[in-house]
Amino acid sequence: MKKLINDPERAVDEALAGMVAAHGDLIRVEEPNIVVRRDAPRQGKVGIISGGGSGHEPMHGGFVGLGMLDAACPGAVFTSPVPDQMIAATKAVDGGAGVLHIVKNYTGDVMNFEMAAEMAQTDSIEVSSVLIADDVAVQDSLYTAGRRGVGGTVLAEKIAGAAAEEGADLATVTRICQKVQDNVRSMGMALTSCTVPAAGKPTFEIGDDEMEIGVGIHGEPGRRRAKLAPADEIVQLLVDPILEEGLFDSGDEAFLFVNGLGGTPLLELYIVYRKVAEMLDSRGVRVTRNLVGSYITSLDMAGTSITLLKLDDELTRLWDAPVHTPALRWGM
Amino acid sequence: MTITAEDMRRFLMLFATNVAEQREELTRLDSAIGDGDHGINMDRGMKAVLEVLPGIDGSEAGTLLKQAGLRLVSTVGGASGPLYGTFFLRMGTALGDATEVSRAQFVAALRAGLEGVAARGKAQPDDKTMVDAMTPAVEALESADDSIDWAEALTRAADAAVTGRDRVTPLVARKGRASYLGERAAGHQDPGATSTALLFATLRDTFIDQA
Repeated sequence: MKKLINDPERAVDEALAGMVAAHGDLIRVEEPNIVVRRDAPRQGKVGIISGGGSGHEPMHGGFVGLGMLDAACPGAVFTSPVPDQMIAATKAVDGGAGVLHIVKNYTGDVMNFEMAAEMAQTDSIEVSSVLIADDVAVQDSLYTAGRRGVGGTVLAEKIAGAAAEEGADLATVTRICQKVQDNVRSMGMALTSCTVPAAGKPTFEIGDDEMEIGVGIHGEPGRRRAKLAPADEIVQLLVDPILEEGLFDSGDEAFLFVNGLGGTPLLELYIVYRKVAEMLDSRGVRVTRNLVGSYITSLDMAGTSITLLKLDDELTRLWDAPVHTPALRWGM
Repeated sequence: MTITAEDMRRFLMLFATNVAEQREELTRLDSAIGDGDHGINMDRGMKAVLEVLPGIDGSEAGTLLKQAGLRLVSTVGGASGPLYGTFFLRMGTALGDATEVSRAQFVAALRAGLEGVAARGKAQPDDKTMVDAMTPAVEALESADDSIDWAEALTRAADAAVTGRDRVTPLVARKGRASYLGERAAGHQDPGATSTALLFATLRDTFIDQA
Protein backbone atom coordinates (compact mmCIF):
# COMPACT_ATOMS: atom_id res chain seq x y z
CA MET A 1 0.00 0.00 0.00
CA LYS A 2 1.50 3.34 -1.09
CA LYS A 3 -0.43 6.02 0.75
CA LEU A 4 0.02 9.41 2.39
CA ILE A 5 -0.95 7.83 5.69
CA ASN A 6 1.00 7.81 8.95
CA ASP A 7 -1.01 5.16 10.76
CA PRO A 8 -4.15 3.49 9.36
CA GLU A 9 -5.73 3.56 12.83
CA ARG A 10 -5.31 7.36 12.95
CA ALA A 11 -6.24 8.15 9.34
CA VAL A 12 -9.76 9.51 9.99
CA ASP A 13 -8.74 11.53 13.07
CA GLU A 14 -5.76 13.11 11.32
CA ALA A 15 -7.86 13.98 8.26
CA LEU A 16 -10.46 15.65 10.52
CA ALA A 17 -7.70 17.62 12.25
CA GLY A 18 -6.53 18.76 8.82
CA MET A 19 -10.03 19.80 7.82
CA VAL A 20 -10.34 21.98 10.91
CA ALA A 21 -6.90 23.47 10.31
CA ALA A 22 -7.89 24.33 6.73
CA HIS A 23 -11.52 25.34 7.24
CA GLY A 24 -11.76 26.53 10.84
CA ASP A 25 -13.76 29.53 9.62
CA LEU A 26 -16.55 27.18 8.51
CA ILE A 27 -16.47 24.12 10.75
CA ARG A 28 -15.46 22.80 14.14
CA VAL A 29 -14.89 19.22 15.25
CA GLU A 30 -16.40 18.04 18.54
CA GLU A 31 -16.38 14.84 20.51
CA PRO A 32 -17.34 12.12 19.68
CA ASN A 33 -15.91 12.91 16.23
CA ILE A 34 -18.57 15.10 14.65
CA VAL A 35 -18.05 17.92 12.15
CA VAL A 36 -20.26 20.85 13.10
CA ARG A 37 -20.98 24.12 11.31
CA ARG A 38 -18.97 26.73 13.20
CA ASP A 39 -21.95 28.94 14.07
CA ALA A 40 -24.35 26.08 14.96
CA PRO A 41 -26.88 25.96 16.45
CA ARG A 42 -28.67 28.76 14.66
CA GLN A 43 -31.83 29.73 16.51
CA GLY A 44 -35.04 29.09 14.58
CA LYS A 45 -33.31 27.30 11.70
CA VAL A 46 -33.96 23.63 10.91
CA GLY A 47 -30.76 21.68 11.49
CA ILE A 48 -29.63 19.10 8.94
CA ILE A 49 -27.23 16.30 9.73
CA SER A 50 -25.93 13.41 7.73
CA GLY A 51 -23.30 10.80 8.28
CA GLY A 52 -21.66 7.74 6.92
CA GLY A 53 -18.39 5.93 6.69
CA SER A 54 -15.26 7.90 5.92
CA GLY A 55 -13.51 7.40 2.60
CA HIS A 56 -16.14 9.29 0.54
CA GLU A 57 -14.60 12.75 0.96
CA PRO A 58 -15.62 15.46 0.49
CA MET A 59 -18.97 13.88 1.49
CA HIS A 60 -20.18 14.52 4.20
CA GLY A 61 -17.81 16.70 6.26
CA GLY A 62 -16.91 18.82 3.23
CA PHE A 63 -20.57 19.80 2.88
CA VAL A 64 -20.92 21.30 6.36
CA GLY A 65 -21.45 25.04 6.27
CA LEU A 66 -23.82 27.77 5.21
CA GLY A 67 -26.63 26.54 2.97
CA MET A 68 -25.89 22.83 3.30
CA LEU A 69 -25.30 20.57 6.34
CA ASP A 70 -25.17 21.72 9.96
CA ALA A 71 -23.23 18.63 11.04
CA ALA A 72 -21.72 15.45 9.68
CA CYS A 73 -20.92 12.21 11.50
CA PRO A 74 -17.91 10.45 9.98
CA GLY A 75 -17.50 6.77 10.81
CA ALA A 76 -14.43 4.64 10.36
CA VAL A 77 -13.52 4.09 6.71
CA PHE A 78 -16.56 2.61 4.91
CA THR A 79 -18.23 1.92 8.27
CA SER A 80 -21.31 3.79 9.37
CA PRO A 81 -20.89 6.11 12.35
CA VAL A 82 -22.24 5.14 15.77
CA PRO A 83 -25.48 6.34 17.43
CA ASP A 84 -23.52 8.45 19.96
CA GLN A 85 -22.30 10.64 17.09
CA MET A 86 -25.77 11.11 15.63
CA ILE A 87 -27.23 11.97 19.02
CA ALA A 88 -24.44 14.48 19.73
CA ALA A 89 -24.79 16.02 16.26
CA THR A 90 -28.56 16.33 16.60
CA LYS A 91 -28.17 18.15 19.90
CA ALA A 92 -25.34 20.34 18.59
CA VAL A 93 -27.38 21.71 15.67
CA ASP A 94 -30.84 21.97 17.20
CA GLY A 95 -31.95 25.59 17.09
CA GLY A 96 -35.49 24.84 18.24
CA ALA A 97 -36.93 24.19 14.76
CA GLY A 98 -36.16 20.47 14.60
CA VAL A 99 -33.49 18.41 12.87
CA LEU A 100 -33.54 16.48 9.59
CA HIS A 101 -31.43 13.32 9.30
CA ILE A 102 -30.35 12.55 5.74
CA VAL A 103 -29.54 8.83 5.71
CA LYS A 104 -28.03 6.87 2.85
CA ASN A 105 -29.74 3.52 2.46
CA TYR A 106 -27.16 1.07 3.77
CA THR A 107 -27.98 -1.54 6.38
CA GLY A 108 -25.43 -0.16 8.84
CA ASP A 109 -26.30 3.50 8.39
CA VAL A 110 -30.01 2.80 8.73
CA MET A 111 -29.59 0.68 11.90
CA ASN A 112 -27.29 3.18 13.61
CA PHE A 113 -29.57 6.13 12.81
CA GLU A 114 -32.54 4.07 14.06
CA MET A 115 -30.74 3.29 17.32
CA ALA A 116 -29.85 6.98 17.68
CA ALA A 117 -33.51 7.92 17.25
CA GLU A 118 -34.57 5.33 19.86
CA MET A 119 -31.89 6.33 22.35
CA ALA A 120 -32.60 10.05 21.95
CA GLN A 121 -36.38 9.85 22.04
CA THR A 122 -36.53 11.17 25.58
CA ASP A 123 -35.12 14.43 24.31
CA SER A 124 -37.54 17.07 23.16
CA ILE A 125 -35.98 17.60 19.73
CA GLU A 126 -38.25 17.01 16.76
CA VAL A 127 -36.43 14.76 14.28
CA SER A 128 -37.42 13.67 10.79
CA SER A 129 -35.44 11.58 8.37
CA VAL A 130 -35.19 10.99 4.64
CA LEU A 131 -33.63 7.86 3.20
CA ILE A 132 -31.61 8.37 0.03
CA ALA A 133 -31.75 5.33 -2.27
CA ASP A 134 -30.94 6.37 -5.83
CA ASP A 135 -28.68 3.62 -7.19
CA VAL A 136 -30.46 1.85 -10.06
CA ALA A 137 -27.78 -0.88 -10.13
CA VAL A 138 -29.55 -2.50 -7.19
CA GLN A 139 -32.91 -4.09 -7.72
CA ASP A 140 -35.28 -2.64 -5.18
CA SER A 141 -37.06 -5.72 -3.95
CA LEU A 142 -37.82 -7.74 -0.86
CA TYR A 143 -34.71 -9.74 -1.70
CA THR A 144 -32.16 -6.95 -1.33
CA ALA A 145 -31.37 -4.31 1.26
CA GLY A 146 -32.92 -1.90 -1.27
CA ARG A 147 -31.25 0.64 -3.47
CA ARG A 148 -28.08 2.27 -2.16
CA GLY A 149 -27.74 5.97 -1.49
CA VAL A 150 -25.06 7.36 -3.81
CA GLY A 151 -24.66 10.55 -5.89
CA GLY A 152 -28.17 11.79 -5.22
CA THR A 153 -27.12 12.36 -1.62
CA VAL A 154 -24.92 15.34 -2.60
CA LEU A 155 -27.81 17.03 -4.43
CA ALA A 156 -30.27 16.29 -1.61
CA GLU A 157 -27.93 17.80 0.99
CA LYS A 158 -27.39 20.97 -1.05
CA ILE A 159 -31.03 21.51 -1.96
CA ALA A 160 -32.50 20.68 1.46
CA GLY A 161 -29.73 22.76 3.05
CA ALA A 162 -30.75 25.78 0.97
CA ALA A 163 -34.38 25.38 2.03
CA ALA A 164 -33.37 25.27 5.71
CA GLU A 165 -31.09 28.28 5.25
CA GLU A 166 -33.92 30.43 3.91
CA GLY A 167 -36.06 29.58 6.91
CA ALA A 168 -38.33 26.74 5.77
CA ASP A 169 -39.84 24.66 8.58
CA LEU A 170 -38.98 21.02 9.27
CA ALA A 171 -41.94 19.65 7.30
CA THR A 172 -41.01 21.73 4.26
CA VAL A 173 -37.30 20.88 4.41
CA THR A 174 -38.21 17.19 4.75
CA ARG A 175 -40.65 17.39 1.81
CA ILE A 176 -38.05 19.03 -0.42
CA CYS A 177 -35.38 16.48 0.53
CA GLN A 178 -37.85 13.68 -0.23
CA LYS A 179 -38.66 15.33 -3.57
CA VAL A 180 -34.99 15.15 -4.53
CA GLN A 181 -34.91 11.47 -3.53
CA ASP A 182 -38.04 10.73 -5.56
CA ASN A 183 -36.62 12.36 -8.69
CA VAL A 184 -32.98 11.30 -8.68
CA ARG A 185 -31.28 8.20 -10.12
CA SER A 186 -27.64 7.13 -10.31
CA MET A 187 -25.39 4.39 -11.57
CA GLY A 188 -21.65 3.85 -11.23
CA MET A 189 -18.77 1.75 -12.53
CA ALA A 190 -15.21 1.01 -11.45
CA LEU A 191 -11.99 0.54 -13.37
CA THR A 192 -10.02 -0.42 -10.27
CA SER A 193 -10.67 -1.50 -6.71
CA CYS A 194 -9.89 0.73 -3.75
CA THR A 195 -7.63 0.10 -0.77
CA VAL A 196 -9.08 0.40 2.73
CA PRO A 197 -6.19 1.72 4.89
CA ALA A 198 -6.74 -0.79 7.70
CA ALA A 199 -6.80 -3.68 5.23
CA GLY A 200 -3.73 -2.45 3.35
CA LYS A 201 -4.56 -4.16 0.07
CA PRO A 202 -7.17 -3.72 -2.69
CA THR A 203 -10.65 -4.90 -1.70
CA PHE A 204 -11.07 -6.88 -4.92
CA GLU A 205 -8.85 -8.06 -7.76
CA ILE A 206 -9.64 -6.84 -11.24
CA GLY A 207 -7.78 -7.47 -14.49
CA ASP A 208 -6.26 -4.72 -16.65
CA ASP A 209 -8.89 -5.42 -19.30
CA GLU A 210 -11.90 -5.63 -16.95
CA MET A 211 -14.38 -3.29 -15.28
CA GLU A 212 -17.13 -3.58 -12.68
CA ILE A 213 -20.54 -2.28 -13.69
CA GLY A 214 -22.97 -1.14 -11.01
CA VAL A 215 -20.58 -0.55 -8.13
CA GLY A 216 -21.45 1.19 -4.91
CA ILE A 217 -19.11 3.43 -2.99
CA HIS A 218 -17.49 0.96 -0.59
CA GLY A 219 -15.49 -1.28 -2.88
CA GLU A 220 -18.29 -3.82 -2.73
CA PRO A 221 -18.29 -5.61 -6.08
CA GLY A 222 -20.81 -4.47 -8.66
CA ARG A 223 -23.56 -6.48 -10.24
CA ARG A 224 -21.32 -7.80 -12.98
CA ARG A 225 -17.80 -7.90 -14.32
CA ALA A 226 -17.35 -6.95 -17.97
CA LYS A 227 -14.62 -6.49 -20.55
CA LEU A 228 -13.29 -2.96 -20.66
CA ALA A 229 -14.87 -0.82 -23.39
CA PRO A 230 -14.37 2.70 -24.79
CA ALA A 231 -15.71 5.54 -22.63
CA ASP A 232 -18.77 6.18 -24.78
CA GLU A 233 -19.88 2.54 -24.53
CA ILE A 234 -19.38 2.58 -20.76
CA VAL A 235 -21.49 5.72 -20.49
CA GLN A 236 -24.31 4.01 -22.35
CA LEU A 237 -24.17 1.10 -19.90
CA LEU A 238 -24.68 3.59 -17.07
CA VAL A 239 -27.19 5.99 -18.61
CA ASP A 240 -29.52 3.45 -20.24
CA PRO A 241 -30.63 1.87 -16.92
CA ILE A 242 -31.27 5.34 -15.49
CA LEU A 243 -33.39 6.38 -18.47
CA GLU A 244 -35.24 3.04 -18.45
CA GLU A 245 -36.71 4.14 -15.11
CA GLY A 246 -38.99 6.38 -17.17
CA LEU A 247 -38.42 9.49 -15.09
CA PHE A 248 -37.29 11.72 -17.96
CA ASP A 249 -39.45 12.73 -20.93
CA SER A 250 -38.66 14.94 -23.87
CA GLY A 251 -38.85 18.56 -22.76
CA ASP A 252 -37.84 17.84 -19.15
CA GLU A 253 -35.10 19.76 -17.42
CA ALA A 254 -32.36 17.71 -15.81
CA PHE A 255 -29.47 18.15 -13.41
CA LEU A 256 -26.47 16.14 -14.64
CA PHE A 257 -23.89 15.18 -12.02
CA VAL A 258 -20.82 13.35 -13.34
CA ASN A 259 -18.88 12.16 -10.32
CA GLY A 260 -15.38 10.74 -10.00
CA LEU A 261 -14.88 7.90 -7.52
CA GLY A 262 -11.54 9.22 -6.28
CA GLY A 263 -8.92 8.00 -8.72
CA THR A 264 -10.25 9.34 -12.01
CA PRO A 265 -8.98 12.63 -13.50
CA LEU A 266 -11.31 15.44 -14.47
CA LEU A 267 -10.22 15.04 -18.08
CA GLU A 268 -11.96 11.65 -18.17
CA LEU A 269 -15.02 12.96 -16.32
CA TYR A 270 -15.51 15.59 -19.03
CA ILE A 271 -15.26 12.89 -21.71
CA VAL A 272 -18.03 11.11 -19.82
CA TYR A 273 -20.03 14.33 -19.43
CA ARG A 274 -19.83 14.98 -23.17
CA LYS A 275 -21.39 11.62 -23.99
CA VAL A 276 -24.14 11.82 -21.36
CA ALA A 277 -25.10 15.30 -22.55
CA GLU A 278 -25.24 14.00 -26.12
CA MET A 279 -27.48 11.08 -25.12
CA LEU A 280 -29.85 13.35 -23.20
CA ASP A 281 -29.93 15.89 -26.00
CA SER A 282 -30.96 13.22 -28.49
CA ARG A 283 -33.93 12.43 -26.26
CA GLY A 284 -34.93 16.04 -25.86
CA VAL A 285 -33.94 16.24 -22.18
CA ARG A 286 -32.38 19.63 -21.41
CA VAL A 287 -29.49 19.74 -18.96
CA THR A 288 -29.96 23.05 -17.16
CA ARG A 289 -27.68 22.54 -14.14
CA ASN A 290 -24.64 20.35 -13.64
CA LEU A 291 -21.81 19.32 -11.35
CA VAL A 292 -18.60 17.66 -12.56
CA GLY A 293 -15.93 16.45 -10.17
CA SER A 294 -15.18 14.02 -7.35
CA TYR A 295 -17.74 14.74 -4.62
CA ILE A 296 -18.78 11.30 -3.39
CA THR A 297 -15.79 9.04 -3.62
CA SER A 298 -14.65 5.55 -2.81
CA LEU A 299 -11.11 6.27 -1.56
CA ASP A 300 -8.73 5.79 -4.51
CA MET A 301 -11.10 3.88 -6.79
CA ALA A 302 -10.89 4.79 -10.45
CA GLY A 303 -14.32 5.04 -11.98
CA THR A 304 -17.33 7.26 -12.32
CA SER A 305 -20.95 7.54 -11.33
CA ILE A 306 -23.64 9.40 -13.20
CA THR A 307 -26.55 11.02 -11.40
CA LEU A 308 -29.60 12.55 -13.04
CA LEU A 309 -32.13 14.66 -11.15
CA LYS A 310 -35.36 15.86 -12.72
CA LEU A 311 -35.54 19.57 -12.01
CA ASP A 312 -38.42 21.92 -11.42
CA ASP A 313 -38.34 25.63 -10.54
CA GLU A 314 -38.19 24.98 -6.79
CA LEU A 315 -35.25 22.56 -6.97
CA THR A 316 -33.38 24.73 -9.48
CA ARG A 317 -33.78 27.86 -7.34
CA LEU A 318 -32.57 26.02 -4.21
CA TRP A 319 -29.57 24.57 -6.05
CA ASP A 320 -28.62 28.10 -7.14
CA ALA A 321 -28.94 29.52 -3.60
CA PRO A 322 -25.70 30.56 -1.86
CA VAL A 323 -23.55 27.88 -0.30
CA HIS A 324 -20.29 28.12 1.62
CA THR A 325 -18.74 24.83 2.68
CA PRO A 326 -15.23 23.38 2.36
CA ALA A 327 -16.17 21.59 -0.88
CA LEU A 328 -18.86 23.76 -2.51
CA ARG A 329 -18.99 27.54 -2.55
CA TRP A 330 -20.88 30.03 -4.67
CA GLY A 331 -23.20 33.03 -4.41
CA MET A 332 -21.16 34.65 -1.66
CA MET B 1 -24.87 -25.53 37.17
CA THR B 2 -24.88 -21.76 37.51
CA ILE B 3 -23.36 -19.13 35.29
CA THR B 4 -21.65 -16.19 36.92
CA ALA B 5 -20.37 -12.79 35.94
CA GLU B 6 -16.89 -14.29 36.07
CA ASP B 7 -17.88 -16.81 33.37
CA MET B 8 -19.15 -13.97 31.18
CA ARG B 9 -15.97 -11.99 31.78
CA ARG B 10 -13.89 -14.94 30.58
CA PHE B 11 -16.27 -15.45 27.66
CA LEU B 12 -15.91 -11.84 26.48
CA MET B 13 -12.12 -11.91 26.88
CA LEU B 14 -11.87 -15.17 24.96
CA PHE B 15 -14.19 -13.84 22.24
CA ALA B 16 -11.94 -10.78 21.88
CA THR B 17 -8.91 -13.05 21.52
CA ASN B 18 -10.64 -15.28 18.97
CA VAL B 19 -11.92 -12.32 16.94
CA ALA B 20 -8.40 -10.83 16.86
CA GLU B 21 -7.06 -14.18 15.63
CA GLN B 22 -9.77 -14.45 12.96
CA ARG B 23 -9.61 -10.77 11.99
CA GLU B 24 -7.97 -11.40 8.60
CA GLU B 25 -10.22 -14.36 7.76
CA LEU B 26 -13.43 -12.43 8.59
CA THR B 27 -12.20 -9.50 6.50
CA ARG B 28 -11.27 -11.79 3.62
CA LEU B 29 -14.77 -13.31 3.61
CA ASP B 30 -16.31 -9.83 3.76
CA SER B 31 -14.15 -8.61 0.87
CA ALA B 32 -15.69 -11.26 -1.36
CA ILE B 33 -19.32 -10.26 -0.84
CA GLY B 34 -19.35 -7.18 1.40
CA ASP B 35 -17.09 -4.23 1.94
CA GLY B 36 -14.09 -5.94 3.50
CA ASP B 37 -14.20 -4.62 7.04
CA HIS B 38 -15.99 -7.19 9.20
CA GLY B 39 -12.85 -8.49 10.93
CA ILE B 40 -11.47 -4.98 11.36
CA ASN B 41 -14.71 -3.72 12.91
CA MET B 42 -15.29 -6.69 15.21
CA ASP B 43 -11.69 -6.51 16.39
CA ARG B 44 -11.98 -2.78 17.08
CA GLY B 45 -15.22 -3.35 19.01
CA MET B 46 -14.01 -6.26 21.13
CA LYS B 47 -10.77 -4.42 21.96
CA ALA B 48 -12.96 -1.54 23.13
CA VAL B 49 -14.97 -3.99 25.27
CA LEU B 50 -11.72 -5.26 26.82
CA GLU B 51 -10.81 -1.69 27.77
CA VAL B 52 -13.93 -1.25 29.90
CA LEU B 53 -14.21 -4.78 31.35
CA PRO B 54 -11.88 -4.17 34.33
CA GLY B 55 -13.92 -1.13 35.34
CA ILE B 56 -17.27 -2.94 35.44
CA ASP B 57 -18.24 -3.95 38.93
CA GLY B 58 -18.36 -7.66 38.72
CA SER B 59 -21.18 -9.48 40.48
CA GLU B 60 -23.92 -9.51 37.81
CA ALA B 61 -23.55 -11.35 34.49
CA GLY B 62 -26.35 -9.23 33.04
CA THR B 63 -24.63 -5.93 33.83
CA LEU B 64 -21.43 -7.14 32.25
CA LEU B 65 -23.19 -8.18 29.04
CA LYS B 66 -25.18 -4.93 28.90
CA GLN B 67 -22.05 -2.82 29.26
CA ALA B 68 -20.32 -4.90 26.58
CA GLY B 69 -23.31 -4.37 24.26
CA LEU B 70 -23.36 -0.62 24.83
CA ARG B 71 -19.64 -0.47 24.19
CA LEU B 72 -20.05 -2.32 20.88
CA VAL B 73 -22.89 -0.03 19.80
CA SER B 74 -20.74 3.00 20.66
CA THR B 75 -17.53 1.91 18.99
CA VAL B 76 -18.14 -0.40 16.03
CA GLY B 77 -20.64 1.28 13.71
CA GLY B 78 -21.53 -0.48 10.48
CA ALA B 79 -24.06 -3.27 10.71
CA SER B 80 -22.14 -5.45 13.15
CA GLY B 81 -22.07 -2.75 15.85
CA PRO B 82 -25.85 -2.47 16.24
CA LEU B 83 -26.35 -6.23 15.69
CA TYR B 84 -23.77 -7.65 18.14
CA GLY B 85 -24.45 -4.69 20.44
CA THR B 86 -28.16 -5.52 20.47
CA PHE B 87 -27.37 -9.21 21.03
CA PHE B 88 -25.40 -8.56 24.22
CA LEU B 89 -27.74 -5.78 25.38
CA ARG B 90 -30.82 -8.01 25.09
CA MET B 91 -29.01 -10.90 26.78
CA GLY B 92 -28.02 -8.60 29.62
CA THR B 93 -31.52 -7.19 29.97
CA ALA B 94 -32.99 -10.72 30.06
CA LEU B 95 -30.62 -11.72 32.87
CA GLY B 96 -31.53 -8.67 34.94
CA ASP B 97 -29.63 -8.32 38.20
CA ALA B 98 -29.26 -12.04 38.99
CA THR B 99 -25.84 -12.87 40.42
CA GLU B 100 -26.18 -16.59 39.78
CA VAL B 101 -27.84 -17.50 36.52
CA SER B 102 -29.33 -20.92 35.91
CA ARG B 103 -28.70 -22.79 32.69
CA ALA B 104 -32.33 -22.28 31.65
CA GLN B 105 -32.13 -18.54 32.35
CA PHE B 106 -28.95 -18.30 30.31
CA VAL B 107 -30.46 -20.13 27.33
CA ALA B 108 -33.54 -17.90 27.56
CA ALA B 109 -31.22 -14.87 27.48
CA LEU B 110 -29.54 -16.22 24.32
CA ARG B 111 -33.01 -16.56 22.78
CA ALA B 112 -33.75 -12.92 23.71
CA GLY B 113 -30.45 -11.91 22.10
CA LEU B 114 -31.33 -13.79 18.92
CA GLU B 115 -34.76 -12.15 18.76
CA GLY B 116 -33.13 -8.75 19.22
CA VAL B 117 -30.72 -9.37 16.35
CA ALA B 118 -33.48 -10.58 14.02
CA ALA B 119 -35.64 -7.56 14.85
CA ARG B 120 -32.82 -5.02 14.53
CA GLY B 121 -31.66 -6.43 11.18
CA LYS B 122 -35.20 -7.31 10.00
CA ALA B 123 -33.67 -10.65 9.01
CA GLN B 124 -35.67 -13.73 8.11
CA PRO B 125 -34.32 -17.29 8.07
CA ASP B 126 -32.32 -18.00 4.89
CA ASP B 127 -31.52 -14.30 4.29
CA LYS B 128 -27.90 -15.49 4.72
CA THR B 129 -27.03 -13.55 7.85
CA MET B 130 -25.89 -14.03 11.45
CA VAL B 131 -29.40 -15.25 12.21
CA ASP B 132 -28.86 -18.41 10.16
CA ALA B 133 -25.99 -19.48 12.42
CA MET B 134 -27.51 -18.18 15.66
CA THR B 135 -30.95 -19.77 15.34
CA PRO B 136 -29.84 -23.44 15.18
CA ALA B 137 -27.31 -22.83 17.97
CA VAL B 138 -29.96 -21.45 20.32
CA GLU B 139 -32.36 -24.22 19.31
CA ALA B 140 -29.71 -26.84 20.08
CA LEU B 141 -29.34 -25.44 23.60
CA GLU B 142 -33.11 -25.25 24.07
CA SER B 143 -33.55 -28.88 23.10
CA ALA B 144 -30.76 -30.10 25.39
CA ASP B 145 -32.40 -30.72 28.78
CA ASP B 146 -30.55 -30.95 32.08
CA SER B 147 -29.80 -34.65 31.53
CA ILE B 148 -27.30 -33.52 28.92
CA ASP B 149 -24.04 -32.22 30.25
CA TRP B 150 -23.61 -28.42 29.83
CA ALA B 151 -20.34 -28.84 27.94
CA GLU B 152 -22.02 -31.33 25.61
CA ALA B 153 -24.96 -28.97 25.07
CA LEU B 154 -22.60 -26.11 24.23
CA THR B 155 -20.67 -28.36 21.85
CA ARG B 156 -23.91 -29.20 20.05
CA ALA B 157 -24.73 -25.47 19.84
CA ALA B 158 -21.31 -24.62 18.42
CA ASP B 159 -21.63 -27.42 15.86
CA ALA B 160 -25.16 -26.28 14.96
CA ALA B 161 -23.89 -22.73 14.36
CA VAL B 162 -21.23 -24.04 11.95
CA THR B 163 -23.81 -26.21 10.19
CA GLY B 164 -26.17 -23.24 9.92
CA ARG B 165 -23.37 -21.04 8.59
CA ASP B 166 -22.44 -23.59 5.92
CA ARG B 167 -26.05 -24.41 5.04
CA VAL B 168 -26.67 -20.87 3.73
CA THR B 169 -23.38 -20.54 1.83
CA PRO B 170 -24.95 -21.63 -1.49
CA LEU B 171 -27.81 -19.12 -1.07
CA VAL B 172 -28.20 -15.61 -2.46
CA ALA B 173 -27.94 -12.99 0.32
CA ARG B 174 -31.06 -10.92 0.96
CA LYS B 175 -29.78 -8.49 3.60
CA GLY B 176 -26.84 -6.16 3.93
CA ARG B 177 -24.31 -5.28 1.30
CA ALA B 178 -24.01 -8.86 0.07
CA SER B 179 -27.59 -8.54 -1.23
CA TYR B 180 -26.40 -6.03 -3.86
CA LEU B 181 -24.52 -8.83 -5.59
CA GLY B 182 -27.53 -10.93 -6.46
CA GLU B 183 -26.48 -14.35 -7.74
CA ARG B 184 -22.81 -13.45 -7.35
CA ALA B 185 -23.11 -13.87 -3.57
CA ALA B 186 -24.14 -17.51 -3.93
CA GLY B 187 -21.36 -19.90 -2.97
CA HIS B 188 -19.61 -17.42 -0.67
CA GLN B 189 -19.56 -18.06 3.08
CA ASP B 190 -21.33 -15.28 5.00
CA PRO B 191 -18.97 -13.24 7.21
CA GLY B 192 -21.66 -12.43 9.82
CA ALA B 193 -22.69 -16.09 10.15
CA THR B 194 -18.99 -16.88 10.48
CA SER B 195 -18.41 -14.51 13.40
CA THR B 196 -21.58 -15.89 15.01
CA ALA B 197 -20.26 -19.45 14.70
CA LEU B 198 -17.06 -18.16 16.32
CA LEU B 199 -19.12 -16.70 19.17
CA PHE B 200 -20.74 -20.06 19.93
CA ALA B 201 -17.40 -21.88 19.65
CA THR B 202 -16.06 -19.35 22.15
CA LEU B 203 -18.99 -19.97 24.48
CA ARG B 204 -18.23 -23.72 24.37
CA ASP B 205 -14.54 -23.17 25.08
CA THR B 206 -15.31 -20.78 27.91
CA PHE B 207 -16.89 -23.60 29.89
CA ILE B 208 -14.90 -26.58 28.61
CA ASP B 209 -11.57 -24.92 29.44
CA GLN B 210 -12.85 -24.37 32.97
CA ALA B 211 -13.65 -28.06 33.39
